Amino acid sequence: MNGLDFSVVADALPYLWKGLQFSLTLTVVAFAAGLVLGVALALVQHLEVPVLSPLAKVYVAIMRSIPLIMVLFWFFFLVPLIIGAMMNSGRPVPIGGLWTAIITFSLFEAAYYSEIIRVGLRSVNKGQYEAAKALSLSTATTYRSIVLPQVFRITSPIILNQTIILFQDTSLVYVLSLTDLTGAASKIAQLNGTLVEMYLFIALVYLVICTSASQLVAVLRKRTRIATTR
Amino acid sequence: MNQSNANTNVVEMIDVCKRYGTFEALKKVNLSVRKGERIIICGPSGSGKSTLIRCINRIEQHDAGSIVVEGQELTGAERDIAKVRREVGMVFQSFNLFPHLTILENCTLAPRRARGLSKAEAEDRAMHYLSKVRIPDQAKKYPGQLSGGQQQRVAIARALCMEPRVMLFDEPTSALDPEMVKEVLDTMIGLAEEGMTMLCVTHEMGFAKQVADRVVFMDGGQKIEEADPQTFFGAPENDRTRAFLQQVLH
Amino acid sequence: MFDVLFQRGFDGRLYLEWLLSGLGWTLALAFIGWWIAFAIGVLVGVGRTSKSRVIAALSRLYVEIFRNIPVLVQMFLWYFVLPELLPTGLGTWVKQLPPPWGAFFPALLCLGTYTAARVAEQVRAGIEALPQGQEEAAAALGLSQLDTRRFVVVPQALRLIIPSLTSEVMGIYKNTSVALTIGLLELTAQARQISENTFQTFGAFASATIIYLLLALVAYRLMLWIDAKYHIPGTSPSKPARKPLFGLFGKRGAA
Repeated sequence: MNGLDFSVVADALPYLWKGLQFSLTLTVVAFAAGLVLGVALALVQHLEVPVLSPLAKVYVAIMRSIPLIMVLFWFFFLVPLIIGAMMNSGRPVPIGGLWTAIITFSLFEAAYYSEIIRVGLRSVNKGQYEAAKALSLSTATTYRSIVLPQVFRITSPIILNQTIILFQDTSLVYVLSLTDLTGAASKIAQLNGTLVEMYLFIALVYLVICTSASQLVAVLRKRTRIATTR
Repeated sequence: MNQSNANTNVVEMIDVCKRYGTFEALKKVNLSVRKGERIIICGPSGSGKSTLIRCINRIEQHDAGSIVVEGQELTGAERDIAKVRREVGMVFQSFNLFPHLTILENCTLAPRRARGLSKAEAEDRAMHYLSKVRIPDQAKKYPGQLSGGQQQRVAIARALCMEPRVMLFDEPTSALDPEMVKEVLDTMIGLAEEGMTMLCVTHEMGFAKQVADRVVFMDGGQKIEEADPQTFFGAPENDRTRAFLQQVLH
Repeated sequence: MFDVLFQRGFDGRLYLEWLLSGLGWTLALAFIGWWIAFAIGVLVGVGRTSKSRVIAALSRLYVEIFRNIPVLVQMFLWYFVLPELLPTGLGTWVKQLPPPWGAFFPALLCLGTYTAARVAEQVRAGIEALPQGQEEAAAALGLSQLDTRRFVVVPQALRLIIPSLTSEVMGIYKNTSVALTIGLLELTAQARQISENTFQTFGAFASATIIYLLLALVAYRLMLWIDAKYHIPGTSPSKPARKPLFGLFGKRGAA
């Protein structure tokens, strides 16, 4: 326990801050892209679109059944190949760690968001669909203006909790030697042998961010509960 | 403890008060129950009748006044409460059987854990009381496989397995389909005829006439009237009692 | 594509054997870790609903800490940081544990305690979902608070949450791969090693992925079986968790 020197943390703060910015950027972009794609995956299944619906099911099932690290390895192997093939370059085209991570996390999280949305879609009262039909609204309008807003209201606390998990999961880009908060801490830690100080410090940073965020979600959950009780 | 009091009165409530926030559920209620007495408590909903009997085994805690059960005053002390609860059986409106246990297990759990009976002793006792409520053949089933009336009779048997000195009934027939009310009431009448001390919250006025030694009418958290059934149904003193009786009897 | 599995690595063993040895560590971590998680999770979950403020607060603290730090960072805390914080002799002993065990035990404790926080929240939700009358009836029968928990509340709460525990079971077996960051050669690590040694990345990753998918299916079927086994006669069947490989293998799950 003796000889801990937290001044090294102070010296490393600018570098750690850059790492945290990477983590946050990855979280926000993957959240936005993942949610859009997740809604699409859920709608395709909910509307039982032929061909696409079973494909979406299989995609979601596979993504949810394998570890994220395995998915990361897959994507860092496949994405350059695919982009190379699309550009007819005849060889893999690397697009950089951040972009590959963004693509991976968006596609991965989409599977998790889609399950939340799918359950939300099922929980919307049947009468809502019937009322929309009675008003002769188109399917698109029904979903855009009536169903989805309700689904988002019901599921928002769960979606936000999933996003907190996403933020924690971004730390796994460490396995690809990217410099997110964990990666930054680990690089400095190994450079000057301050593993204890660095890891304790980032644990605290994650703890503070995630606890505050989940407190916010809890407040939100209480509010939506009041708003949805009749 | 007051020994002479304990010998005569099984339950002694003096100036009992209970509030929920600003709502006064019980306002200085007094009630004495002698051994072998059968008391029916009635009144409109929200009158405090359920709260009153739920205070007797401290499922609800009273805020002021004193409650003495079998010579034991109910205070915060865990051990005293446990002692009282072993002597006081309770039957709930919604049965509250343990759905994950068989009928037999429902009846043997408390005798084994709280009375220290062996499995065999507890099962013998359970079968005895299940026979008494006329469902010994359902012992291996689960509560969800029984009708409401059967479940409530099991609940009575479960309480009896603790061999309590007093039985509390909290609207035992209110959650039942009409055709099942009679089987439960018959069981309760049988119990009354054996001399069990009973306090029963109910709207079944026919039952009250048949078994009650005294009928208590409550309204607004207060005891409005207390009389023997003949007086109570024949010549109630209070206007509110008369109004209530008119509603439930017609 | 899978012929890579039947080539031999530098140690003379088939790559298939590498993969299976990885699978062994993955299963050991998931299985033992799950029972650690379940035991701690039930205790902490019950503690969350305790009437004692101290116990409730400590349980809450446990959940918040273990739930709000990434599992990877927790892995580092167990592996790198804990031995430094222990008394010198003990710390040295921990650091000198022979190869697989030096990583296995920290990984096991990490996954067990991390998953326990999530199990605890499910247990708490299960307890809170029970009707108030159950505890009242147990109290009225003279059962102690401990007996009420043990015989009435917890058995019912656990049955209620079996479907949501399915996702925690899936969670812990997926998180076993995080142990590769502290050098445990579990399934994902072996797949990566094979890929690096042979450059047959596709075959190596696909083999591991298929094993993971099969494991997911087994975990799911197991939970369905447990759900059916503990189903209370006379009650409506619980809604099963969604089948992981919908329609790909086997027949429809829930009976």
